[in-house]
Amino acid sequence: MTGMDEPLEREVAEPRAAAVANSEHIAVAVGLKMLGAGAVLILIGLVLVLSLLSPYFLSPRNIGNILAQTAVICVVAMGQHLVILTKGIDLSVGSNLALASVLGALSFHAGASTLMVVAVMVAAGAAVGAVNGLFYVYGRLPHPFIITLATLSIAKGIALQLADGRAIPGMPPAIRSLGQEAFAGLPGSVFVVAGVAGLMFVLTQSTVWGRWMYAVGGRADAAVRMGIPVSAVLVSTYVISGTCAGIGAVLLAGRTDAGSPLFGNLLELDTTAAVIIGGASFLGGRGHIGHALIGAIMIGVIRNALNLLNVGVFYQLIVIGLVIVVAVEADVLRNHLESRMRVLRAETGP
Amino acid sequence: MTQHQLAAHPQHPVLSVRGACKRFGSVVALDDVSIDVNRGEILALLGDNGAGKSTLIKCISGVHRLDAGDVVIDGAANVLRSPADARSAGIETVYQDLALFDNLTPAQNFFAGREIAGPKWLPRAMRFLNKRRMDEQTRSLIQSLNVSLPHLDAVVALMSGGQRQAIAVARSAVFARKVVILDEPTAALGLRESRKVLDLIGALRDRGNAIILITHNMEHVTELAGRAVVLRQGRRVGELVPTRDNKQELVSMIVGA
Repeated sequence: MTGMDEPLEREVAEPRAAAVANSEHIAVAVGLKMLGAGAVLILIGLVLVLSLLSPYFLSPRNIGNILAQTAVICVVAMGQHLVILTKGIDLSVGSNLALASVLGALSFHAGASTLMVVAVMVAAGAAVGAVNGLFYVYGRLPHPFIITLATLSIAKGIALQLADGRAIPGMPPAIRSLGQEAFAGLPGSVFVVAGVAGLMFVLTQSTVWGRWMYAVGGRADAAVRMGIPVSAVLVSTYVISGTCAGIGAVLLAGRTDAGSPLFGNLLELDTTAAVIIGGASFLGGRGHIGHALIGAIMIGVIRNALNLLNVGVFYQLIVIGLVIVVAVEADVLRNHLESRMRVLRAETGP
Repeated sequence: MTQHQLAAHPQHPVLSVRGACKRFGSVVALDDVSIDVNRGEILALLGDNGAGKSTLIKCISGVHRLDAGDVVIDGAANVLRSPADARSAGIETVYQDLALFDNLTPAQNFFAGREIAGPKWLPRAMRFLNKRRMDEQTRSLIQSLNVSLPHLDAVVALMSGGQRQAIAVARSAVFARKVVILDEPTAALGLRESRKVLDLIGALRDRGNAIILITHNMEHVTELAGRAVVLRQGRRVGELVPTRDNKQELVSMIVGA
């Protein structure tokens, strides 16, 4: 900038500033839109690239494989998503699933009917979830991290003890076929995922309870002052998360025809990663069921692709970790863009 | 309708606080404080920091409970155990921190905790939201209060300070049936935005609500308030009809000089 330009500069400064603000406004808005759709775009891109890299990738059999392998993560991630929406985390989902599968196998061997075995697994999951929620809320714990870490350990210990450290083979035929067979060309577990997703969608988007959950996740102290039963809402999210772990136990036990205390290893990592990669916010109150599903499928696709491309299992862990870092940074960027948007609207707004 | 009600009950305060006492440990926050507010009236509650204003309104809005004394609403003594109790008794509070949900839209904020939903035979939490009716009511309220919110479907996080303040004040208007308490509603706002919020407060009064206004801005007090009550060190030290001429008197009452 030379000195000669200065008077001119000052003269046009205002309209130019407005134009700059306007173009920035558009840039920020586009950026926010991109981030909102980011996970879906990346998933589509990933699928396109992988189908070029491996001709096998898009074969019906492989797609069926991905869906069957991802079903457990999908169901449990949907529960985790509710907990994360309320600014919490459920670290116990993996152990919870393991314990539920062991109890299911034991009850089967004790002569329980198919329905009873399913009920045992789902109820066991819900019970562990209830313990998490009740201790977190009424034990006045500072963060659910602590109690769910404790139940992670406790549930794992009980499962190992009950099963004597080994897998217990044997599941009712109906549960086995749900986990192993295809119906109308799709793995049975896909229908379970779809059913749970549909129910969750209605619960979170259309009911009063769902609205309360978003309010509690957005700002718990304000929710108290607005007369929302915050404690009950919080406990319910952990119960649902536990129930989802129980449903996941049914699917996994069916697929492997066994209950095992070693099931669900690192499932807390996978489900949390799925929710965050899918685009829900760790800061609470933001996200929907689709985020959990997209994130879970993305993890399944990445795993499957790395397998097809003969990349070692250890590298898979590294790749998933890197994807989490990218997803969390995207969340940070989104929050930054939103506050920028607020400033821009305040400057140009009425 | 407002005028009619005012005429019908000229001497009947909609809210009376009688002999309010509140201690926190050894600190006496309120010492035998009484106030009355009438329908269609703005009462300014004045005092220096720590004078007991916030404690008093927290007792009225159900956040704290009085150690002694009564909150009388429409002639009947009420025990307010929670903010929900106060809200169902017709008392709305606009908190200093606004208590807005950044992740929700204005309509969702308005109806938070009091969603319009059905059918009635379901437990309240399981009822289905009537989003269309809540949106309609929000739109018509925003119109009638003359608030400009260009992005009604955006979340509150994206709105300016003035808009957020307006949303918090308008939210109280949705359900206020008797009393609206405002705690420093213009503290964080610029001139133009303050003006809009003051107009909004006037509109709430004109709808027949009794308003309790906490503010440090004497201009706003003289402009809006019909009466001003001054607290100092937990005691009620005086009451005035604020005018341009007795501003100095009010200030010395507040600081105790």
